Amino acid sequence: MSGGFPILSLMLAVPLVAAIVCIFAGDRSARLIALGATLVTFVLGCVLWAQFDIGGAQWQFTERADLFGRFQWALGIDGMALMLIMLSVFLMPLCILASWDAIKQRVGLYMAMFLIMETIMIGVFCAQDLLLFYIFFEAGLIPMYFIIGIWGGANRIYAAFKFFLYTLLGSVLMLIAMIAMIREAGTTDIPTLLAYNFPPEMQTWLWLAFFASLAVKMPMWPVHTWLPDAHVQAPTAGSMILAGVLLKLGAYGFLRFMMPMFPDASAQLMWIVFGLSMVAVVYTSLVALVQSDMKKLIAYSSVAHMAIVTAGLFAFNQQGIEGALIIMLSHGVVSAALFFCVGVIYDRLHTREIDRYGGLAVNMPAYALFFMLFTMASIGLPGTSGFVGEFLSLLGIYEASSVVAFVCTTGIILGAAYMLYLYRRVVFGELTKDDVKAMADLNPREWVILAPLAAVALWMGVYPESFLAPMRGDVTTVVARLAPAKPAGDAHLAAGKPKAAKAHEGEAAHGPSHAGGVQ
Amino acid sequence: MSADLALIWPELILTIGGLITLMLGTFAGDRQVGLYQLSALLTLAAAAAAVIALFGVDATVFSGTLSVDGFGGFAKLLIYAASFVCILVAPRFFTGGMRAEYPVLILFAALGMGIMASSRDLMTLYVGLELNSLAAYVLASFMRTDERSSEAGLKYFVLGALASGMLLYGISLLYGFTGTTDFAGIAARMGGEMNIGLIFGIVFVLAGLGFKISAVPFHMWTPDVYEGAPTPVTTFFASAPKVAAMALMTRVVIDAMGPAVGAWQQIIIFLSLASIILGAVGAIGQKNIKRLLAYSSINNVGFMLVGLAAGTQQGVEAVLTYLLVYMVTTLGAFLVVLQLRDPAGNQVESIAALAGLSQRRPGLAAAMAVFLFSLAGIPPLFGFWPKYLVFEAAVNANLVPLAVAGIVASVIGAFYYIAIIKTMYFDDKSDVEVTGGGNAVEGTLVTVSALWLSVIGYLFIPMLAIASASAASVLF
Repeated sequence: MSGGFPILSLMLAVPLVAAIVCIFAGDRSARLIALGATLVTFVLGCVLWAQFDIGGAQWQFTERADLFGRFQWALGIDGMALMLIMLSVFLMPLCILASWDAIKQRVGLYMAMFLIMETIMIGVFCAQDLLLFYIFFEAGLIPMYFIIGIWGGANRIYAAFKFFLYTLLGSVLMLIAMIAMIREAGTTDIPTLLAYNFPPEMQTWLWLAFFASLAVKMPMWPVHTWLPDAHVQAPTAGSMILAGVLLKLGAYGFLRFMMPMFPDASAQLMWIVFGLSMVAVVYTSLVALVQSDMKKLIAYSSVAHMAIVTAGLFAFNQQGIEGALIIMLSHGVVSAALFFCVGVIYDRLHTREIDRYGGLAVNMPAYALFFMLFTMASIGLPGTSGFVGEFLSLLGIYEASSVVAFVCTTGIILGAAYMLYLYRRVVFGELTKDDVKAMADLNPREWVILAPLAAVALWMGVYPESFLAPMRGDVTTVVARLAPAKPAGDAHLAAGKPKAAKAHEGEAAHGPSHAGGVQ
Repeated sequence: MSADLALIWPELILTIGGLITLMLGTFAGDRQVGLYQLSALLTLAAAAAAVIALFGVDATVFSGTLSVDGFGGFAKLLIYAASFVCILVAPRFFTGGMRAEYPVLILFAALGMGIMASSRDLMTLYVGLELNSLAAYVLASFMRTDERSSEAGLKYFVLGALASGMLLYGISLLYGFTGTTDFAGIAARMGGEMNIGLIFGIVFVLAGLGFKISAVPFHMWTPDVYEGAPTPVTTFFASAPKVAAMALMTRVVIDAMGPAVGAWQQIIIFLSLASIILGAVGAIGQKNIKRLLAYSSINNVGFMLVGLAAGTQQGVEAVLTYLLVYMVTTLGAFLVVLQLRDPAGNQVESIAALAGLSQRRPGLAAAMAVFLFSLAGIPPLFGFWPKYLVFEAAVNANLVPLAVAGIVASVIGAFYYIAIIKTMYFDDKSDVEVTGGGNAVEGTLVTVSALWLSVIGYLFIPMLAIASASAASVLF
């Protein structure tokens, strides 16, 4: 594909140009331009997926232009990047539609910020130059700062500051690590760096610096506290894109940089990741259980899901990493859908308090159905996308450490508890409150948003191979890169040695014959 | 001698042009703003052209006291450009018309700054510095009848004289212990054994120069002078003299003290970190936009010193790139401040009055946001690039702890920049109706600098790299 049509640059340019036009456009035309541009980008993304050669070269659609002297305009994608780009371009038009009526002030600026956000997200996933990656990675702060700060809830300014400064503080350490890497390896080219063997003692420092940044973006316990604030205050579409795509940047960084570039340090420090993930799964699930604000509950559930992702990634095996990737995609779709579900009723009643609702199944049956589907997908019911990811990653984790697998599985049970509890309080029960009675069921616009999200959640649950196939080769590459450093797991699966039992030779002989199998 | 004169055309042009402008002002009267403004602008343009014509020359003139080289040329171009902008935008600000002294003083200050940037002798250094300073003291108190302006001028003069005294004391020590005022001669002596007298000399010289670049702990004058001085003068102070003083400091440190790395490096590191941190923390409580930009300049000087502390050619290249980008950003930010007026036509300086500016003047607010994010060094704005370069130079010189401390402290700085953006974009409109706009010239300048500082600047990196490398290479 190299040297062909620069489709990635085009995908970056379309939203950017539309953003500039939107700033100067009126409200109504800004909405239409934004929708049009995001749909065009989505179509381009579909072309990208259709053209992607599964099992072909690792890096496809590569573009290279020596524009900046010290670093390059180098783009290219592998399967993982392709899937995450698809996630971004799929969610974007839905976000624009979700804010169609809800945003009434400064629409042009709002749409421009979302379109810039889209450019930045695509850029992060397809950058093949370390500095280009960093620029895109950091640039995401600016539009999100505006989205939360201008169109957010009552406490939006605190949330915007916290989001900005927290993530910035993490990121700057990563920049120093990148400078050290560039100095050591003498290049900013990511594919070259992926093959470079950094000295092990240097890896530890680089790993820690990257971890400081990516753990905040992820977010991992205990640096997750910006997330509930940002989610609660952000407008619905802002939460959708934050949970849907921005949270995946951390995990993408783990998989793209930390694990293949610093395999020794990753093996040496995996206990940190496992430890924090275990705490996060249980702690944030328990916190989610007691929330009275719907958005906060879903935000905490995001932290818990991301903890399973990190644990799955650091299982260092095919199932664990593939599972983590599927959870990322699934969570991207499902949490965006859940945030939109909250947005639907928020638009009607203007409160996110769970207690103010109840009995929606009676007057909003279609809404109740969709909400149930996404609740189930979040829990990980078989047939939905959540199941595939959680099952695969837990399988991988179990191979690495049965203790971690046990704790993470507890998190799944708690996940079922808080999601079902939320669903019961909002949708079931008596329909007593007058203002809730007056709420109308889904309008066509909301149908248009929820239907594709539901279709993808089911598609990923029933036939995950469509999504796994492009990524399989890349996961194998990462696993192979990690293999020399991989520590032995505690689950020693060994085939039992069958022994011919001697018949009727006393009770004592029965003991050893049971000894085979799993120890 | 006449051969030497051929190499100092920029200085000659500035001197003659300055005198002509002075005569024009005296005989044509203060009312003829266009006339003497044009004369001053033409002088600067001609001087810049002379600098470009001398490109590639690497020579010393007047018995080795002044050098004509790429490093000085780079700094001079920046200085002349900043002075040009400051003269261009000034007339509209001075109610009742600009007086002819303003462009004349700026021309003489630019002359002094050019000498600072190309001196290679402690005596020429001092002559250039004082020529610039004397002009600057008068400029600070330019609004004679305004109490704040007079106060700023007096404060600047008293503290500046103190700093000059320290500098002279250091110079006398260096001369006493090395027997020469020539940079190369001092460097040769520094290569040998150090003694306490030399170290004292280095400390006092750096303290005097630290005052001129307003590095902490010699920064106290900066917020007061920036606030009190008329805004076009503040614009000037924040741009051209910063470039000159930083270039001078670089030349002294690398050329004269180069071999004694151990003696000056820790001083520079201290100045750098102290400026970054205090510049950031001090800015947080500010209510006046000019004071805030003063702290921002202290903060940014700290980052430049990170590159200087590296003491390598890469570090000096980073400092020069930083100076260019910083100059564009700070000029842009002050041009925005110059345009803020209340309905009565008075200057608006309080940050609170900026509330809701994004709804009143969206273009102006957007440009200001670009400048502020750029000053904070947030990518994709171009202000990120020089910050990257200085930290890269520090890491490559094995100063990783400095780089880590500096970059973490940069987050504190980000706080007050985004706080102003919050005021402009998130807050409801303020009571003060901010109106008044710029003319086409100001609008164009703001637009061009904002566009350059957004992503477009990255396309200039190869060009900047060549220019800064050829400028820095003459010091090594």
